[in-house]
Amino acid sequence: MSELMIANTPHSMPRIGEKAPDFEAVTTHGTLRLSDYAGSWLILFSHPADFTPVCTTEFIAFQEIYPELKKLGVELLGVSVDSLYSHIAWTRNIEEKMGVKIEFPIVADLDMNVAKTFGMIMPEEHSTEAVRAVFIIDDKQVIRAIIYYPLSAGRNMDEVLRLIQALKTADAHHVATPANWRPGDAVIVPTPSTVEAAEARMKEKDIEVIDWYLSKKKI
Amino acid sequence: MVACVTDRGNLSEQAKKLLELIKIQPKPAEQLAQLLDVPLFKVRASLREMTDAGLVVDTVEGYTVTEKGHEALQRQDD
Repeated sequence: MSELMIANTPHSMPRIGEKAPDFEAVTTHGTLRLSDYAGSWLILFSHPADFTPVCTTEFIAFQEIYPELKKLGVELLGVSVDSLYSHIAWTRNIEEKMGVKIEFPIVADLDMNVAKTFGMIMPEEHSTEAVRAVFIIDDKQVIRAIIYYPLSAGRNMDEVLRLIQALKTADAHHVATPANWRPGDAVIVPTPSTVEAAEARMKEKDIEVIDWYLSKKKI
Repeated sequence: MVACVTDRGNLSEQAKKLLELIKIQPKPAEQLAQLLDVPLFKVRASLREMTDAGLVVDTVEGYTVTEKGHEALQRQDD
């Protein structure tokens, strides 16, 4: 491969269904590895920079859903290319000025190792800051969902929480969740995969059969 | 500096609690996290640092205190 081709080769990023690449990093809670979270779910999220307005509102919002996430067995781990001391100063400032104590760790990713490994740098958006990426990683360290937002738009925590609830519900009951699903709503029963099963589905009485390929049930 | 040891050379509170829990009988990280009501990732990170510092060792039955770990605990009690 020529040097030009190597230079132009985009950095690969993990995809949904793949094992999340392990890393060891300095964080505000000491040195952590991604594999330390095995056995619990994890939201690994990046933010562009400390002491910036949108990121500050997002951190407060992440902290606000953290108790609910913990009840669901989900941890939070933030990442940005700022230094450890910047992270400490910023979280102290958030507590002092906005009255919110940030309880989850933040990776000081000065060498951009984590950001590059997870494809959090979008050069067309910014060459040295991570975009607003969210990686939902399950208890087996498999990436289950990825959300990307640009620098200008803060993330929606309702959706982050809803997505976790949808994934966990799908796992627990072997179902799928429809658009705008919320906990308590009907879920989608797996579509039959043979003509015979499709015929049988049309005769089922204990679920809501809209058609053979779209059936719902309450759980 | 390792987080399991303070800048004065004393064991951190977390390290002390972990050593106390495993000084008689080895325990796995999962059980220690439950007993301390601390997230598992924090216990794993602490045990790794304590392993690197030679205070504990991972065995088939779980983490147990080394001679160095017992000595460090003893110094705290003196």
